[in-house]
Amino acid sequence: MAIEFTLNGEPQSHDVDPQMPLLWVIRDIAGLTGTKYGCGKALCGSCTVHVDGNPVRSCAFPVSAAAGMSVTTIEGLSANGDHPVQEAWRELNVPQCGYCQSGQIMTAAALLERNPNPSEAEIATAMSGNICRCGTYTRIRKAIYRAAGGES
Amino acid sequence: MSGFEKLSRREFLQTTGIASGGLVFAMTLGYPRSAAGASNVAPSVYVNIRDDDVVEIYCHRSEMGQGIRTSLPQVIADELEADWDRIELLQAPGDAKYGDQNTDGSTSIRKHFDLLRTAGASAREMLIAAAAMEWGMPAAELVARNHAIHHEASGRSAAYGDLVASAAELEVPEDVTFKDPADYRYIGKPMDLIDGVAMTTGAGIYGTDTVLPGMLYASVERCPVFGGTVKSVDDAKALKVAGVEQVVQMPDGTSPPGYNPLGGVAVLASNTWSAEQGRKALAIEWETGLNAEYDSASYRQQLVDTSHKEGKTVMNRGDVNAAFGTADRVIEADYYAPHLSHAPMEPPAASAMMHEDGSVEIWAATQDPQSIQGTVAALLGIDKTQVKINVTLLGGAFGRKSKADFSAEAAWLAKKTGKPVKVSWSREDDIRHGYYHTVSAQYLKGALDDEGNTTAWLHRSVFPSIGSTFSAEATGPANFELGLGMIDNPYAVPNMRLESGDAKAHVRIGWLRSVCNIYHAFAVCSFADELAHEAAADPRDYLLRLAGSPRKVNPADDGAEYSNYGQSLDVHPIDTARYAAVIRKVSDMAGWGRNLPDGHGLGISVHRSFLSTVGAVAEVRVDGEGKLHVEELWIAIDAGLVVNPDRVAAQMEGAGIFGMSLALHGEITAKDGVIEQGNYDTYPVIRMSEAPKAINVHIMDVDAPPGGVGEPGVPPVAPAIVNAYFAATGKRVRELPLKKAASAWLLQCAPSTGGRSSA
Repeated sequence: MAIEFTLNGEPQSHDVDPQMPLLWVIRDIAGLTGTKYGCGKALCGSCTVHVDGNPVRSCAFPVSAAAGMSVTTIEGLSANGDHPVQEAWRELNVPQCGYCQSGQIMTAAALLERNPNPSEAEIATAMSGNICRCGTYTRIRKAIYRAAGGES
Repeated sequence: MSGFEKLSRREFLQTTGIASGGLVFAMTLGYPRSAAGASNVAPSVYVNIRDDDVVEIYCHRSEMGQGIRTSLPQVIADELEADWDRIELLQAPGDAKYGDQNTDGSTSIRKHFDLLRTAGASAREMLIAAAAMEWGMPAAELVARNHAIHHEASGRSAAYGDLVASAAELEVPEDVTFKDPADYRYIGKPMDLIDGVAMTTGAGIYGTDTVLPGMLYASVERCPVFGGTVKSVDDAKALKVAGVEQVVQMPDGTSPPGYNPLGGVAVLASNTWSAEQGRKALAIEWETGLNAEYDSASYRQQLVDTSHKEGKTVMNRGDVNAAFGTADRVIEADYYAPHLSHAPMEPPAASAMMHEDGSVEIWAATQDPQSIQGTVAALLGIDKTQVKINVTLLGGAFGRKSKADFSAEAAWLAKKTGKPVKVSWSREDDIRHGYYHTVSAQYLKGALDDEGNTTAWLHRSVFPSIGSTFSAEATGPANFELGLGMIDNPYAVPNMRLESGDAKAHVRIGWLRSVCNIYHAFAVCSFADELAHEAAADPRDYLLRLAGSPRKVNPADDGAEYSNYGQSLDVHPIDTARYAAVIRKVSDMAGWGRNLPDGHGLGISVHRSFLSTVGAVAEVRVDGEGKLHVEELWIAIDAGLVVNPDRVAAQMEGAGIFGMSLALHGEITAKDGVIEQGNYDTYPVIRMSEAPKAINVHIMDVDAPPGGVGEPGVPPVAPAIVNAYFAATGKRVRELPLKKAASAWLLQCAPSTGGRSSA
């Protein structure tokens, strides 16, 4: 039976194994590749998307759990790539290889939605599920402050 | 090799586009055209100027986070006097015409700076010559400025695009004059990332993102023990999994492994998930072979035993034994560092498609497209020219993606199935079937006189060699490996002997960001700190004593073969004055000598690698539970000329985190030949919660040719942390990862703190 949800505002109907992680439906079936695989076990955060506004590790989130919900990926975060988090990321030249940054940005955007002025400890708590092997953490922290309207 | 190819006008006219399908990156260099009314001109394979005023620049190096897709065009555009907003960056496919494309060894700028400058300058001079011809003026009266040629006296000017047709009539100049560095407009400036928008909107295309028409998604089950083969496979259940289309047994791996696929069984399906589910349903019996006895604990003992015996001398100065005999004090230390996995965020991934003419086209996250051409050509029995490689963005690499194995898997499967195939490694595949950073044991022995001066230094290094991946004969450290941080020891110690000891490999050994410098710097910079404390001296001051008088060190003076990263020591010396300047700078930045809160410690380490010298100071805090926190890092780099200071700073920040990961967490172990780690839970890396509050970077202002940047930041980080841990606790850690040693102490301490008791 087809599973229905919206993806970046577009209605979706996919007749797939209900256990298939949302990540693979987004990437292989819907064809949006901005959301990345990194671990398959919700350990690294590269696959983070928003499901009804909440940050979710899509690699360990069965597509059936998204039924009837609204899924947003990095491609749908803003109309023109101009979400304050995306802009702050560019102003501070955060990315190195860039692979994990979709997930970092989606997690940071969800954090700021809930908590517009996070403390350093709150940033650490929210962002520690997202690994960056290139090691851009200090810039990510600054970019979150900047997107929040802070000094950095 | 220069790799610079000058195209004469005639040769250029023969250049035609390569049909790529254009699925990932444009692949063409220039476009077919007639001589009259040329619409573009390509003075070299790196530059193509179009009559719409756009300058196309071909990046022939792979982007893996070091920022080369920004800094490479900075160099070319600067010499070309091109307007940054009117350049278009294209990723070059794998092709020998670009020269060396192997993006490793931190070579992209240090080895190619002159090549890139020449590419820009030759194009500039061609455009000047074209204007001179059109206007009937001497070229000497014309200048290139901001995408146009100007005749200052008359005020006449022409945009680059308008000069294309005339330039196409001319030969490419043989000799070029470089700009005065005082006139640089991009080189040395912190230009924003070219890929900034792509990388923040999900639009960047990585190896795993390729989509080909009718493509199958492959997941490969490989033998848990390196070198093992398939005895039997039952694929009945796998073929019943929805979406699974085929199960294919791969050809066995080779010995030595080289870059060939590891063998195993591939499941091909209509999507990644189905392929993985099908793979789980396979029933495979393995012939595990000789490496099934590989056990990291017993192997470690073998390495240590070897390091306690006299080895092969690779450098000798003075007479260490005599000096030990007359010393005031002698200290000894054993250092151990385990295998590491690269664990890039994007596991290895490549796609391949056969064309009707028997050629194969590959899209890969690769550091080294030309090695894929060679590997695949041999595997498929075709010519290298029939292997087309499109280079995608790399989601991290760190040396792993220099190897062609995963691309070769995709090519072999595309040929076997007759369909386009994408091979994606899972995280577990990546951690369990890597080309591991080698495991090492090192023995150091030092002598001190009654004034605390180090009078003798004996260093033995024992590890299985990278060479074992390519030759069964390579049973111990190769000279080039010992030249990464051991033979190039800059210390002014009158008696010094450096030895190596053999060790056999039981897994594929590869190079990982900064390679042997990781463990050599760990031992050398730790032992320097140990000597300082033995001499009751300040570790920073003692490092300056070890550096000695300003001089240029040549290991050949003491009988060593030393390749200096392929560069002349005259151009890139081991200069103790520059080394000492880095010691002073980084210690000043960190406020060396200041009062620290209880439980805090500062540690310093300085190491030269890839022709750059990097100093690191770590401030650590050990909390009430004995847990180590790296509070802050200070890093100073002398890399000579720097193209993009913001990217250099980013590399140092990243190296700080990468160095912390290997210092605190990184360890790959084998039991019965099987790698015991599999994902980021069992192979942890540093996360935001452990990141220092700041990584402060200073780039030394040195008038010298460029050194490497991607790797040299890594080696000094671990020893700086270990030395800081000693300063904070009085405990000396001689094995990595540090967390393991620290937790062992915690357990020992536990009964007295009442936190633990045994049943």
